[in-house]
Amino acid sequence: MSRSAHSEIVEVPEGSEERARSICAAHGNRPDELLEIFHAVQHELGFIPDPVIAVVASALNASRADVYGVLSFYHEFRRAPAGRHVVRMCRAEACQAMHTDEVCAHAEQRLGTIFGETSADGAFTLEAVYCLGNCARSPAMMIDGDLYGCVDKKRFDAIIAGLDKEAAA
Amino acid sequence: MSKKSNKQRSQNNPQQQAQGKAPSRQQQAEMAAEGSGGKIRIFVPRDAAALSMGADGVARAIAAQAQKRGARIEIVRNGSRGMLWLEPLVEVETGKGRVAYGPVAVADVGSLFEGGFLKGASHKLGHGLTDEIPYFKNQERLTFARCGITDPLSIADYRAYGGFAGLTKAIAMEPAGIVAEVTTSGLRGRGGAGFPTGIKWKTVLEAKAEQKYICCNADEGDSGTFADRMLMEGDPFCLIEGMTIAGIAVGATRGYIYIRSEYPHAVATMREAIRIATEANWLGHTIQGSPYDFELHLRVGAGAYICGEETSMLDSLEGKRGIVRYKPPLPAIEGLFGKPTVINNVLSLASVPIIIDKGGAYYRDFGVGRSRGTLAFQLAGNIKQGGLVEKAFGVTARALIEGYGGGTASGRPIRAVQFGGPLGAYLPNSKLDTQMDYEAFVKEDAMVGHGGVVVFDDTVDMAKQAHFAMEFCAIESCGKCTPCRIGSVRGVEVIDRIIADVNREANIELLQDLCVTMTDGSLCAMGGLTPMPVMSALRHFPGDFHRPARAEAAE
Repeated sequence: MSRSAHSEIVEVPEGSEERARSICAAHGNRPDELLEIFHAVQHELGFIPDPVIAVVASALNASRADVYGVLSFYHEFRRAPAGRHVVRMCRAEACQAMHTDEVCAHAEQRLGTIFGETSADGAFTLEAVYCLGNCARSPAMMIDGDLYGCVDKKRFDAIIAGLDKEAAA
Repeated sequence: MSKKSNKQRSQNNPQQQAQGKAPSRQQQAEMAAEGSGGKIRIFVPRDAAALSMGADGVARAIAAQAQKRGARIEIVRNGSRGMLWLEPLVEVETGKGRVAYGPVAVADVGSLFEGGFLKGASHKLGHGLTDEIPYFKNQERLTFARCGITDPLSIADYRAYGGFAGLTKAIAMEPAGIVAEVTTSGLRGRGGAGFPTGIKWKTVLEAKAEQKYICCNADEGDSGTFADRMLMEGDPFCLIEGMTIAGIAVGATRGYIYIRSEYPHAVATMREAIRIATEANWLGHTIQGSPYDFELHLRVGAGAYICGEETSMLDSLEGKRGIVRYKPPLPAIEGLFGKPTVINNVLSLASVPIIIDKGGAYYRDFGVGRSRGTLAFQLAGNIKQGGLVEKAFGVTARALIEGYGGGTASGRPIRAVQFGGPLGAYLPNSKLDTQMDYEAFVKEDAMVGHGGVVVFDDTVDMAKQAHFAMEFCAIESCGKCTPCRIGSVRGVEVIDRIIADVNREANIELLQDLCVTMTDGSLCAMGGLTPMPVMSALRHFPGDFHRPARAEAAE
């Protein structure tokens, strides 16, 4: 079982609009800083809640449609919270050459979710990524910003088990 | 000033230094015998590829062991030497030079100390002097001359190895003279397109505007490439220096580096390097007392492959959707915010300091034909000894893959190699004696591109790879032009039918026709070059498109 990012009502973190407003101000309310603003919002809130779109549009003197257009264009920005860990597996050519597809299938089973979704217990969001720049140590994977190389099924399990241990500690 | 900031940094990272409080007599003697009198310097790379194999843990384990044994050491977190299959590659500085051990795991650290690695003693993980390892020794390191050798964030280190010599010369030169040197060097765009850098710069120099920009394309999204990342993590000041020289050459006072978000380590290192360089007045106002100003900003992408296309990157830098622009106008005339803009790849810009320092002719004398200088070849995929090999153009693909790379990681025969990223051609084993230069590859309907080399063994299914090329284009197309947006979706469907043996011959013909439309009709290289891997697969591996139908492929 996995849950889709948009299949449930997303709870908006308290004070999201306030935070978005001050982030925009910190970036001089400049339209060309929109990606930086989204990065900052996502860094603080974990995702870009819908009400933020109107706040950003107003601060940057842009239309909501424009702001939404930018938000939806980039794969990186999420519009619902992710799981506790975000597991990004490289599925591009260099990793394909080292059979990433087998590891990816294994990851779906092990984490109990399919690509693009979050496991029912909220522990893992699984995402495909096209190149992490670790192509000499394929297959590559990134978890919560940490990069891993030579990830076969066994190493995958060991890394995931290590995360659980960290969480318990 | 730089000294001060370095000191502050090491104070901020106490864990990187291990200082024994009470070394035993014997150990004191050992150290005296070492003759250094000071701390032994140990290098543990901070490059993301090294981190991906546990370099941080190894550094911590070395610090802990040193403390336990009372050994006086200093751990330097350097960039990578590019021998990525040996990462984490730990080096110990000795009187004879730096001695290499790798790949080192945390569990090996105890035995390294016991084996006397602090004196460079031999060990089962030892490789002798780093500089003498054939993989490293037989390279021509121009752009990557310092990478892996220095502390990436130490200006003192950077200068000790020739850093800022190019910029210092550039400050004393006429802008047109700088452009002329770059033109003489024969440097062509290292991002893959291979456009002559000098011509681009000349256009921007001659454009009249109150504001011009230098934009560095560090959106290294192609699979099989990591050279930009390695340079930004291993020698960030080199990129800063190259961009500043570009600014002086064309009259630009602002620069942007656009780094993809998949590279958090490169982002962090570049950000810190910009801060340190600004503090030390190698960026900012009246650089080193000269009349030149150049300020540098870093922008982070957000997971859109298309933003590696230069005009799409400009839109993204302006805070918009990364949609490809029509050309003309060329970005050199109307680029970022409508102003004349130099857009260069990381390695194009990072090659500039040595060109200005040693002269265009020095750089030009490497290479063959119209491919001058060196290229950072990146050996990736199913390869035994993957890593970065900087060589003059003209080396054969086979020398790289079998000589340096040692063949496949799996030990199985090489069947196909993709050159130049996801939009480059797949070549069969029989074509690997082709010389690596722009023109020789064009003759094979392939491209050298940025020097990415992805090796596949005989388990690869080339129909599946062709399918993926179309699928990737469908996912990543910006959607502006029809041949790319719709063509890629149709391409996926047609290849599905070919694999499922539905009207196979007619569909192969249709696929070829579709590829012609995409090549001729697309606005940029995304749709325009996606046919290259598809057609090369079809041309060189027709058997893979004529296998018995597979049900799962048609899903």
